[in-house]
Amino acid sequence: MPHIPLPDHIAGIRSLVIQYPESGKYLYELVQILLRGESPLSPAERELIAAFVSYLNECSFCYNSHAAASRYLFQDQSGIVDLVLKDYASAPISDKLKALLTIASRVQVDARTVSEQDIALARSFGANDRDIHDTVLIAATFCMFNRYVDGLATTVPENLEDYIPMGERMATKGYVHPIPQ
Amino acid sequence: MPHIPLDESLPGMRSLLAYHPAIAPVLTGLMQVMMRTKEGLHPGERELIAAYISRLNQCYSCENIHSAVTCHLFDLNELELNTIKKDFNAAAISPRLKALLAIVKKTQQGGNYVTSREIENAKSAGCTDLEIHDSILIAALFSMFNRYIDGLDLKSNDTPESLNERGQHIANKGYSHDA
Repeated sequence: MPHIPLPDHIAGIRSLVIQYPESGKYLYELVQILLRGESPLSPAERELIAAFVSYLNECSFCYNSHAAASRYLFQDQSGIVDLVLKDYASAPISDKLKALLTIASRVQVDARTVSEQDIALARSFGANDRDIHDTVLIAATFCMFNRYVDGLATTVPENLEDYIPMGERMATKGYVHPIPQ
Repeated sequence: MPHIPLDESLPGMRSLLAYHPAIAPVLTGLMQVMMRTKEGLHPGERELIAAYISRLNQCYSCENIHSAVTCHLFDLNELELNTIKKDFNAAAISPRLKALLAIVKKTQQGGNYVTSREIENAKSAGCTDLEIHDSILIAALFSMFNRYIDGLDLKSNDTPESLNERGQHIANKGYSHDA
C-alpha cells in the first residue's frame, strides 16, 4: 500500500503525477525532453540507461517499464536489454555505450566518483560532450524518479506481462501527462 | 575543470542551464513549484531539506547555497543551521520537522529505505500527506541535482559574500529561468 493516498488501480509514477499535477506536469516534460528530445543517443539507448540505473536502484516499477520501452525501441535487437542488465561489460553493445554505462553506474552510487579516466575512455570510443552530459543527467534524473516512486511505496502492476503494453505506449506515444493541461 | 565545457563565469546551476536551454525552463519551473509552494511546508523548511540532503550527498556547492537561502528565510545564523544539519535529532526543532528530516535521510539512501515506521512517526507528529509527499520529492529532486553537478565535476566559484548575496536574492525572488 502506498504511504499516502493515491488513485486506485494506477501504478508507479502515473499515480503520483495524477495526484500531484503541479509537479507532475514538469516531471513528465523533463523525461520527455530527456528521453525523446534531440540528443546524439537514440531513444532506445536512453531508455536503456534509464532501465539500467533503475535496476541498480532496485526500483522495480521504473526498471521493468523502461526495460520494456527499450526492448520495443530496439526492435529485432531487443535481447540486448536483458544482456546489458545482467552484465553490460559482456553485452553485444558498442564500447562507447559500455563506457557511458560505466559513467551512469558511478552517478548512481556517488557522482563524485566519475573520474577523468571514465570520461577519457568514453571519449576514446567517440563519445562527445552531449553523450556525456545526457548520460549523467539521465542517470541523475532516474535517481530522483526511483526515490520518488519507491519512497512513497507506489503500487506496481500485478503481472510482468502488464509492462509490455506499457513499454509500447512509452515507446510510441512518449511521456504525456495523463491529465490534459 | 568540468568534464564538459561549461561557462564557469555563471554561478551555481546557471552554467548547466545555459548548456541545455531546452531543459532549463523545466528544471527551474520544477524548482519553483517544489521550493516555493505556500501550502504545506514553509519555504524555509523546503530549503532546509535541500541543504540537508546535499550535505548527506557531500555536494557542497548545493549545500552552501541552500543553507544561505535557509538562513535568510528563517533568520538563522550559519552556526544554528549547522547544528540542525549535523544532528537534527539533538537540535531544538519541532518533532514534526525531525520526523520529516528522518524521512529525507532515508530517501537519500534510496526509495526502498523509507519504511512505514518513518511515515507513521511523521503522521503522529502531525505531518500531512502533502508534507510527506513534498519532503520525499524534494529529497529525490536534490538526489538528482547533486548528481548532475558532481557527475560533471562542476565546481562552485562562490565566496562567502556571493553566497550571502545569492542566498538573499533566491530567498526574495525564488527560482526563475530569467533571473
